[in-house]
Amino acid sequence: MAETTPKKKKKSEFAKLPGGDKLLLTIGYILLGLFVVAIILPMVYIILASFIDPITLQNSGLTFDFSKWTTTAYERVLENAQIWVGFKNALIYSVLFTVISVVVTLLAAYPMSRADFKGKGFFNTIFVITMFFGGGLIPTYLLISSLGMLDTIWAILLPGAFSVWNMIIARTYYMGVPRDLQEAAEIDGATEMIYFFKILLPVCTPIIATISMWQFVGMWNSYFDAMIYLNDAAKQPLQLVLRSILIQNQPEPGMVSDMQSTAARAQMAELLKYATIIISSLPLLIMYPFFQKYFDNGIMAGAVKG
Amino acid sequence: MKQNLPSDASGGKNSKMHNTGVYLKQHWQLYLIFMLPAFLLTIIFRYVPMGGIAMAFMEYNPIRGIFGSEWVGLEHFKRFLSSPDFLRYLSNTLKLSVYGLLWGFPVPILLAFLLNRILSKKTKQKIQLVLYMPNFISVIVLCGIVRILLSPTGMLNSLLGTQTNFMTMPSAFRTIYIASGIWQGAGWASIIYTAALSNASKELKEAAVIDGANIFQQIKAVEWPAIKDTVLIQFIMSVGNIMSVGFEKAYALQTDLNLNTSEIISTYVYKKGLVGGDYGFSTAVGLFNTVINVVLLISMNQIVKRMNEGKGI
Repeated sequence: MAETTPKKKKKSEFAKLPGGDKLLLTIGYILLGLFVVAIILPMVYIILASFIDPITLQNSGLTFDFSKWTTTAYERVLENAQIWVGFKNALIYSVLFTVISVVVTLLAAYPMSRADFKGKGFFNTIFVITMFFGGGLIPTYLLISSLGMLDTIWAILLPGAFSVWNMIIARTYYMGVPRDLQEAAEIDGATEMIYFFKILLPVCTPIIATISMWQFVGMWNSYFDAMIYLNDAAKQPLQLVLRSILIQNQPEPGMVSDMQSTAARAQMAELLKYATIIISSLPLLIMYPFFQKYFDNGIMAGAVKG
Repeated sequence: MKQNLPSDASGGKNSKMHNTGVYLKQHWQLYLIFMLPAFLLTIIFRYVPMGGIAMAFMEYNPIRGIFGSEWVGLEHFKRFLSSPDFLRYLSNTLKLSVYGLLWGFPVPILLAFLLNRILSKKTKQKIQLVLYMPNFISVIVLCGIVRILLSPTGMLNSLLGTQTNFMTMPSAFRTIYIASGIWQGAGWASIIYTAALSNASKELKEAAVIDGANIFQQIKAVEWPAIKDTVLIQFIMSVGNIMSVGFEKAYALQTDLNLNTSEIISTYVYKKGLVGGDYGFSTAVGLFNTVINVVLLISMNQIVKRMNEGKGI
C-alpha cells in the first residue's frame, strides 16, 4: 500500500498525525531547512562575490549591477603557474597515495578476515595499538628525515599508507561474503591468491570504492604533511598554494604585481581568494555526487564491527 | 556445515609444531604477500618513532643523535608543567574539544532523525546531497571561507551593520572553530546514524503508529534502540580523540591576536619543535598529550561498559 502512494497520500499522512506531532515535525523541518540554508548561503555568497569588481565589492558588497561584474579574478588565478603546479602535484599525490593505500589495506584485511589465520591476535594487537598511541610529531619527523625522505614524494605517500581503520572495515566486509564462495574455491584447489583476486575482490567493489574515495579526498584536502616535509615550491600540492593565498594573505607573485597602488593590490588579493576557493573546490564538489550511492554501504560496513 | 579447514584436516594427528609448519608452508602467501607490506609500514612508521619517545627524557642534540644525547630525566615535563603557559594550553585544548563534542555530537543524530522522517525519497536525497557537500571542502578552503565571511567587510558584518574583526578576537575563536566544524561535518557524520536508522524494523514502527504512539514514543521504542550502539561507539571514539583536536584547522584559524585561546597543545608542539628546534621538550609535550588521550579513552570505555551491561569496544 505504502509503496505506490503518490505525493497526495503523503500529505494526508502528515495531516493524519496528532497535533503535537505535527508541531514537532514542523519545527524539525524548519530547523533542517535552516541548516540547509546555512550551508548553501556562504557558498552562493562566495560564488557571486567572485565575479564582482574588487573596489565595488569592498565598498558596497554584492551587487546585481552587471556592469560591475568581471572575470578578472578567475583569469588571474588560472593564468598563475603555481596553481597549476599545485593541481598537478595534488592529483599525482592523491592518485598514488590512494592506489598504494588501498592495495596495502585490502591485502592485509584478507588474512585478518580468516578464522584460521595463525597469528591473527598478534597482528591485531600490533595494529590496534597504533590507533591510539604513537611516537608523536618530532620522532616521526626525525625518522622521515634520517630515512632521507624529506622533500621527496615518499614522505607524503608512505607513512599514512596503511590505515588500520580502513583495514577493519574491509575485513568486516570480507567476513560478510558468504562462506560458500570460499569453500567452493578451496574444493577446486584454488590458492589464496586466485580466490582473493578472482572471487573475493570482485564482490567487494562497494567497499573498495568507499575506501578509495576516503583516501583520495583525505590526501587531496590535507596540508600538514606537505607543509612539514616538502619545502620545494615545485613539489607543493594545491592545499599549500591555497594556504599562502587564503590564510597567509600572500597571493602568488604575478597575480597582483601589475596593480599600481597598494590599496588596489590588497583589494585584488581579496577578490582572488573568492575565485581561488571556487576553482580549487570545484573538482571534488562536481565528482562527489557520483560517489554518493557508495557512502551508506561503506559506512555501514564500518559500523557493524564497531 | 563443513567446519574443518584444509590445514586442520591434513595435520590433525601430528604434533602442534609440525602442524604449524605445514600451515605456514601451505599459507605462506598470507604472510609474505598479504601481510608483509602493512606490517613493514606499521613497524617502520609507527613503532620506530615510538622509540624516539626517549627524546622526551633527553636534551636531544641533532648532531649527536638519539644515542649520544644527554639524559635529563623528567626535566622537560617539569619545565612544561611549571610554565605559566601550561594551564592555558591544556585548557584551550580541553575546552575546544569538550565544547566541540557537547555542541557537535548531538547535531548529526538530530539530523538523522529528521532525515528519517522525510517521506519523499527524492527530497531526502537532495537534502543529503547538500548536507554532505561541505565535507568535501578542504580545511584550508573552509578556513579561507570563514576568514572572508568574518572579515571586517565580510558577509556577517554587512548583515549586522558592524565592522568587527572576529578573527582577531580571542573570545570568538572557539565559537568560530566549533560552528564551522558543525557546518562542515555534521551532515557527513549523520550518514552513519541514517544508515543505522534505516535498519530499524519498518513493521515495528508501523505497529507503533497503529497503536497511536506519538513521535517521542516511536523514537523511544523503535528508533533509539536501532541506533543506540552506534551512538555509544561514536561517543567513545570521540572522547578518545579529545586531546587530538585537529591541528590543521586550529593552525589555519590562528592569528597573532587570537593566540590566547587558539594556541592548543598540538600547535604548540609544532612551533616549539619543528619551527623552534626544541626537539626534546616538544616530544615531551606531545607525549603528555598522547598519554592523557589514552587514559581518557580507557576510562571512557570502562564507564560505558558498566553502563551498557559489559559492552564496550
